[in-house]
Amino acid sequence: MLLRHTDKEIKERVALTVNPAKTCQPVGAMYAALGIHNCLPHSHGSQGCCAYHRSTLTRHYKEPVMASTSSFTEGASVFGGQANLLEAINNIFSVYNPDVIAVHTTCLSEVIGDDIPQILAKAKEDGRIPEGKYVIHCNTPSFVGSHVTGFSNMVKGMVQYFAESSGNKLNQVNIIPGWVEPSDMREIKRLAREMGISTVVFPDTSDVLDAPLTGKHQFYPKGGVTIEALKSAGDSIGTIALGHFASAAAAEALDAKCNVKYEILDLPYGLLATDRFIDSLRRMAKVVVPESINAERGRLIDAISDMQSYFYGKRVALFGDPDQLIALSEFLVTLNMRPVYVVTGTPGKKFEEEMSRVLHEIPEAKFKQAGDIYLLHQWIKNEPVDLLMGNTYGKYIARDEDIPFIRIGFPILDRIGHSYFPLVSYTGALRLVEKILGAIMDRQDRDCPEESFELVM
Amino acid sequence: MSENLAQDFAVTREKLLKVYPTKAARKRAKHMVLNDPDPETMPEIEANVRTIPGIITQRGCTYAGCKGVVVGPIRDIVNITHGPIGCGFYSWLTRRNQTKPIDDNDYNLMNYCFSTDMQEDDIVFGGEKKLRQAVREAYEIFKPKAIGIFSTCPVGLIGDDVHAVAREMKEELGINVFGFSCEGYKGVSQSAGHHIANNQMFKHVIGLDDTVRDSKYKINLLGEYNIGGDAFEIERILEKCGIDLIATFSGNSSYDYFANAHTADLNCIMCHRSINYVADMMEIKYGIPWIKVNFIGAEATAKSLRKIAQYFGDPELKERVEKVIAEEMPEVEKHRADARTRCEGKTVMLFVGGSRAHHYQDLFAELGMRTIAAGYEFAHRDDYEGRRVLPTIKIDADSRNIEELTVEPDPERYRYRKTEAEVAELKAQGFEFRDYEGMMAQMAKGTLVIDDISHYEMEKLIAYHKPDIFCAGIKEKYVIQKMGVPCKQLHSYDYSGPYAGFKGAINFYRDIDRLVNSKIWGYIQAPWEKNPELIATYVK
Repeated sequence: MLLRHTDKEIKERVALTVNPAKTCQPVGAMYAALGIHNCLPHSHGSQGCCAYHRSTLTRHYKEPVMASTSSFTEGASVFGGQANLLEAINNIFSVYNPDVIAVHTTCLSEVIGDDIPQILAKAKEDGRIPEGKYVIHCNTPSFVGSHVTGFSNMVKGMVQYFAESSGNKLNQVNIIPGWVEPSDMREIKRLAREMGISTVVFPDTSDVLDAPLTGKHQFYPKGGVTIEALKSAGDSIGTIALGHFASAAAAEALDAKCNVKYEILDLPYGLLATDRFIDSLRRMAKVVVPESINAERGRLIDAISDMQSYFYGKRVALFGDPDQLIALSEFLVTLNMRPVYVVTGTPGKKFEEEMSRVLHEIPEAKFKQAGDIYLLHQWIKNEPVDLLMGNTYGKYIARDEDIPFIRIGFPILDRIGHSYFPLVSYTGALRLVEKILGAIMDRQDRDCPEESFELVM
Repeated sequence: MSENLAQDFAVTREKLLKVYPTKAARKRAKHMVLNDPDPETMPEIEANVRTIPGIITQRGCTYAGCKGVVVGPIRDIVNITHGPIGCGFYSWLTRRNQTKPIDDNDYNLMNYCFSTDMQEDDIVFGGEKKLRQAVREAYEIFKPKAIGIFSTCPVGLIGDDVHAVAREMKEELGINVFGFSCEGYKGVSQSAGHHIANNQMFKHVIGLDDTVRDSKYKINLLGEYNIGGDAFEIERILEKCGIDLIATFSGNSSYDYFANAHTADLNCIMCHRSINYVADMMEIKYGIPWIKVNFIGAEATAKSLRKIAQYFGDPELKERVEKVIAEEMPEVEKHRADARTRCEGKTVMLFVGGSRAHHYQDLFAELGMRTIAAGYEFAHRDDYEGRRVLPTIKIDADSRNIEELTVEPDPERYRYRKTEAEVAELKAQGFEFRDYEGMMAQMAKGTLVIDDISHYEMEKLIAYHKPDIFCAGIKEKYVIQKMGVPCKQLHSYDYSGPYAGFKGAINFYRDIDRLVNSKIWGYIQAPWEKNPELIATYVK
């Protein structure tokens, strides 16, 4: 057994986290910053943080992840990191020449109390920031929230540093896609285009973390939201923020700064959340939903109705990030499945409120914020499930308990596909349907008695 | 090495330095040398000093070296990361140090991640209380043999005393509990973490179990971490030779092996960088001599086995070792000859780790591939220039922060394993104790050696010199491949292996062959990109 020390008996733990369902803020800030065109994320702390975050993102995407660090040593930790950050800014503009350096902090620089705006003001004063170039920042203390919080903070930072209102409204909608994959961001842009709507999508990691192999390394790939577009976000007719945990803060900040009204929606995973997204988008942009999108929706409905009996009553355990889990659980309920255990490591009462709403018709459901995968596994040991959905770490439970497993979330370290094929929208929902059916039906093919082995299913 | 290449590298070196601001250029210049393998004229290289802020580096931190590398692979210790969740999360199963519990009832805590997940209140009011409670809970649930506590950056800053907590909990729970002050900001790289891990394992674990096994040739293997099953293959070979492996530090290891390690009669060092400290300390305290070995490469494996046999001096062992080599080599030769037909003459660059960039040159040489440039990520000067330079290495403030233990011979257990006469005789045969000649002595004159290579330097080096393969780590892998050059990861082996020993060599030949000769590198350009003019003609 891979997890041979995981016991059925649940003993109370108040201090020890075992097998976490979250990681720390800075990696989220780094991922978000990669969604700005010509931007170099910078980790203000000891160099191990940057190495760990780059490694995790690289393993997840199988792509280059460029980011720099202030490389603190003991001296910097005692005397403060100002000298390191100033030197880093100098070196970065000389060697890597980005348009933007996006600084995020770490627990180290937070604990010693480095004042980043003050250091950046000093850098500006000293002429270390070339004309037309920017250094932006956000605070990402690792001992607060999770990687999702860090993502949210960097997206909010984009608004605070760049968004402007010129007084002239532009006929465009801001979409804050939340922590989703490059494929999802590409799909969101496609949907808006299909509806004839101009958008500013930020961050946007499509064409950054799914770059083609050409024989040349593009240090700054062609994708990413441009500074110009970010500035113009203050003049948009409205903002749609997808996912409360990852995107709400930026939408609120934009409204406060530039008076851009916003709607916070669930991530458009599955039928109903995509319906709400399309509906909000067409109302905000005042367009008619084109027939092509109705057809996409219709194909999804068709596939579900064709295969509905396979979903019915199946018990599912899920772990991951709150925005994903809320939307995904709703979709599973739509499919007549039963999401019975749902755990996120990310803290936040909002998660439990939302899950109560989504799972009101599943009385046996258990869900937990600030939980861990060890607890989820114990729940499964006490009463098994038919399907497990989560990041790669789920494979240890899946093998031990012999449960069909679908990789979803962050990080996925052992399969590809997530950067190329979306999960958002009707198309993404169709992919989810295909994955779920594949897992369940492969299991039936493996386990059923020979005499009931089916050719046609 | 051709005169041309040396000249080209001299030009490249100047070009690489041009982009940096003056201060950075001055520093980086000392980390890049054109090699001369002759000890008399070998250039001095700067190593184990601070990375320059803002210059993208391969390096990680002290915590990574301590928890991730040295102590992480021990399967029956609960390793609690004391800090916010990230550090524990990132070092959870990402290093491929495989382990094989003895049976279904044996401990295997390798697949678990334990953390105190410090929150803002713990930072403000101190985390000792939570740590104490976490240790109690870990004991209550997992009943491990021992618990290790690993400090992350904020722990040192807020002044949590992990060693005091460890002492208290050891008393309370009656099992061994020990702490590591391996905050990420200590030292200049992973290397400081190795040293800290060596010190604590030496202080708290080695020497606890005096049981002497009834066997003839007892050795420890130090600095072998069982990436991709390397240690399994070495164990197989040693067993076949009749050599008794008391402990491996720390691949496929148990706490018990460490406790008993001082009963061995020889310490064999694989990764000199990460583990030489404990070998030195064990020699002083217990009288166990150490030698450098290398099981990467079939020839190197054979050489290392012969060296061990020579140390014990028993004709029976020598004969058995020769028999094993004779048995293993034909299969190796067969695969090598086959792969060589497709790999010979190709060029290699290796920039990785603290010993791998050296050891893997042997395997490439077996394939007839030439190493034209290499360097370490976190090694020290002695790993480049050999231990002969140790007395001349300046100890800077960053290294001084790492504790140096004062070790005395153990009054009861010190026993030098060889008499003076035996040592003299072995030396007369050319046998080297406590010696590592370093990477540069093995590399050709005029090759390029770069320490702590930056991203910029790596990219330019590839663009200017187009090696047939570049060896590095995960952060570099896809940059290199975007440039159309295959990259072999030498930390994770690209999830393959083992590469050590005889069977490992065969795996390596196969993996390198299929990587450098993969068809995909030939398909990067689309047909219309190769001949764009045809389109214009057609449209006309």
